[in-house]
Amino acid sequence: MRRIVASREMLLLVAIALLLGLVSTRFPGFVEPANLVAVFNDTSPLILLAIGQMVVILTKCIDLSVAANLALSGMVAAMTNLAVPDAPIVAILLVATGFGTILGMINGILVWKLDIPPIVVTLGTMTIFRGTIFLLTEGKWVNSHEMTHAFKAFPRTELLGLPVLGWVAVAVVVLFSVIMTRTTLGRAFYAVGGNPNAAAYVGIDVGRTKFWAFTISGGLAGLTGYLWVSRFAVAYVDIAGGFELDVVAACVIGGVSIMGGIGSVPGALLGALFLGVIKNALPVVNISPFWQLAISGGAIIIAVALNAQANRERGRIILKRAEHAA
Amino acid sequence: MNASGRKIPDRLRSPLERRLRSWESLLLLVAVAIFVANSLASPYFLDAWNLSDATFNFTEKAMIAFAMALLIISGEIDLSVAAIIALASTAMGAAVQFGVPTPGLVLVGLAVGLACGAFNGLLVTRVGLPSIVVTIGTLSLFRGISYIVLGDQAYRGYPPEFAFFGQGYVWWVISFELVMFAFLALAFGILLHRTNFGRAVYAIGNNATGALFSGIRVARVKFILFLLTGLMSGVAAICLTSRLGSTRPSIAFAWELEIVTMVVLGGVSILGGSGSIPGVVIAAIVMGLVTFGLGLLNVPGIVMSIVIGALLISVIALPRLWTGRRQS
Repeated sequence: MRRIVASREMLLLVAIALLLGLVSTRFPGFVEPANLVAVFNDTSPLILLAIGQMVVILTKCIDLSVAANLALSGMVAAMTNLAVPDAPIVAILLVATGFGTILGMINGILVWKLDIPPIVVTLGTMTIFRGTIFLLTEGKWVNSHEMTHAFKAFPRTELLGLPVLGWVAVAVVVLFSVIMTRTTLGRAFYAVGGNPNAAAYVGIDVGRTKFWAFTISGGLAGLTGYLWVSRFAVAYVDIAGGFELDVVAACVIGGVSIMGGIGSVPGALLGALFLGVIKNALPVVNISPFWQLAISGGAIIIAVALNAQANRERGRIILKRAEHAA
Repeated sequence: MNASGRKIPDRLRSPLERRLRSWESLLLLVAVAIFVANSLASPYFLDAWNLSDATFNFTEKAMIAFAMALLIISGEIDLSVAAIIALASTAMGAAVQFGVPTPGLVLVGLAVGLACGAFNGLLVTRVGLPSIVVTIGTLSLFRGISYIVLGDQAYRGYPPEFAFFGQGYVWWVISFELVMFAFLALAFGILLHRTNFGRAVYAIGNNATGALFSGIRVARVKFILFLLTGLMSGVAAICLTSRLGSTRPSIAFAWELEIVTMVVLGGVSILGGSGSIPGVVIAAIVMGLVTFGLGLLNVPGIVMSIVIGALLISVIALPRLWTGRRQS
């Protein structure tokens, strides 16, 4: 019980509740269910990417190419829509997710087979992916009027008051909550990041596990790419520019340790929501949106300081629990 | 970052040194090839003034890359350098509004750079946080402050003498920035390769605990490296602001990635422990030549970034393919 109360997730939940409470004193409309749903929906792309990034960071890697992957996959989805206007949405979803997955696999192969440090690989592929969009389009935009109605309507369609975009985030959160806690692969991500040597002795292929982490991150980025492009009804080279840092920030705020091995799906979800609430609340309480960057920077620094504290305690807790189990 | 793939040198330094040297000669070969290809591809390439203009593509970034190289060799990284440029430039712009003369502006720029470096250094060495996350945080924080101060506005009206740092020429086509670049290359080269401090940087990067037990004050050396990186960002901020003549909060956006690319391309191991300043110098020139040469051929900037990205990955992948991959 004490562990739950003192956990990062609880702390974040309280922080978000306080934030909402503060905003509601000046602007009660902000905490109305309809608006909260809108905030969640607006934060969905960040949630999707943060979960993929969490898996990668768990394995002691980092994926700086997610935003570029999103932009390239989104552009591919938009161009597919231009070329084959009759293609059903399922096909578009498959194209975008599949394309993103392949891009993620490229990162994964470079990390796995060539043993190049992930930060170098994804720094390189980040610029290559963005450049490829330019090569594909010669810098042209795919605008709203060129996209079919069905292409644009999918993420906005409301089911039980929440747009499909939000439902996708819900589904991915649920799916990964199960994968990360109930499957061998999910536990392998933790093992590889927590102690690579021990993981290797237990029979886990460290490189291959990292490959799967990058593949997952790429697939989610591809999926988000289509959703992003159809939601904003425009695709061009610079969409989601610099978004990779927001994604890493959401993970760090959510208690994912950059040293690997520590983190949870609810943590990443709440980290993303924390940033999402701030972003949506600032204009409401009449603070210039220019404050957002500095505030999220401050939040990252505070969060990572808290992480460092928690990690020290975490080591002891694992030992204690192991003793009880034995 | 990758404990299992890390090679620990178990032999004397000479074979390693030889390999490092071959890395730099490989890079030099690339530089020469690009130079020749460029001069064949465009008739405007081999012109003293054009080449002089081309140096501005890399001088400011390279100033920071030198300090970053030391930092990465010691096993840390600073992703906030471009944001420090933005903050230092904003501070100088604000100082102009109060009528501060040129020497005062230079002091403001350097002081802000040092202060930001000290902030990063304290968080990493005193609080004990991983530098990559700390500096992603301060990246947002420093540039965020610039956005709060400036919003969608810009500072202008820098005094005429201030223009010298970014637009002035010392002699013929030799710009002040180029002289500064050469001077800093020399200074950092001596610091890394000819002083005890430089040896300590390598020692920390290879084995921080071992270095600590050999009597090296690890935290202090790292703190000084963060200070140096901040200071160099301040110097770059002065040059860039002077060259542009105005300050917007988006100044030097995403430069941190180009600077890290430059350092890694220069043969510095991102895992720490090895690398050299001559390598970084050549990498800076390679990147400058590629950008400039493709620019003359009307290749858009974004395509150049593909070339740089591919260069970064292949230059690291090739030797690994060559030497028979991992030892496991």
